[in-house]
Amino acid sequence: MRLEYFEMIDSVEELDVERGRIRTIARVPEKSPVFEGHFPSHPLLPGVMLLETMNHASGYLLMAINRLTRLPLFTGVKKGKFRKYVTPGMVLEVSADLVHDGSGFGVTSAKVEIDGQRIADAEITMSLIPFPTEELAAEIRRRAQHIGVTLPIGV
Amino acid sequence: MSSTFDIVAEVISETSEIPRDQITPEVHAIDDLGIDSLDFLDIVFALDKKFGIKIPLEAWTEDVNQGRAKVEDYFVLRNLCARIDELVAAKNA
Repeated sequence: MRLEYFEMIDSVEELDVERGRIRTIARVPEKSPVFEGHFPSHPLLPGVMLLETMNHASGYLLMAINRLTRLPLFTGVKKGKFRKYVTPGMVLEVSADLVHDGSGFGVTSAKVEIDGQRIADAEITMSLIPFPTEELAAEIRRRAQHIGVTLPIGV
Repeated sequence: MSSTFDIVAEVISETSEIPRDQITPEVHAIDDLGIDSLDFLDIVFALDKKFGIKIPLEAWTEDVNQGRAKVEDYFVLRNLCARIDELVAAKNA
């Protein structure tokens, strides 16, 4: 994770487009300016960043289902729960399952686990829009490929 | 038609917290009920699940943008229910 750059997912361990499932790894950094404020001398990963991490896993799943032709945008969250504290250095398993493949949007059930223990979960809704610029499309696809989403584009 | 409308009205009421008695077949989801695009996604999600269909929201938007249809054709509830009935019939054909 590079929290300051909102790069939450480090690698994709499993991606099954047919079943609509993704399993990823996110390594919480030992140091980050985020921990200087949240909280001084007692660093905890903010719940909103756990949510963002589930959002990113969901986004990569929906991008893969759409063969990297659409940009997923976070539009809704339901049933968000943050069950345990996350501290620097922890390794998170972040997964998302497709709940609904709608027209121009998708809904996932996402969760964060550590060693099989549930840390957080949420139902996430994302709009799927055409990439506004080719530059952004190239950057997002580069990032997706970097972490292990290696599908051909638009096929 | 009436059963489709009852389901649609119930979904809209639950999703958007609009009193059920304000939702009639003649109302416009956007202009009269003030439903915004994000709430409408929730409504479409619920209707897709209830009816086992995939409401082609993107195609409808394209139709309106290209002048092939009017907004009322999809967003006046009577018309929305008719579109849903068509989708259900096509699925069962």
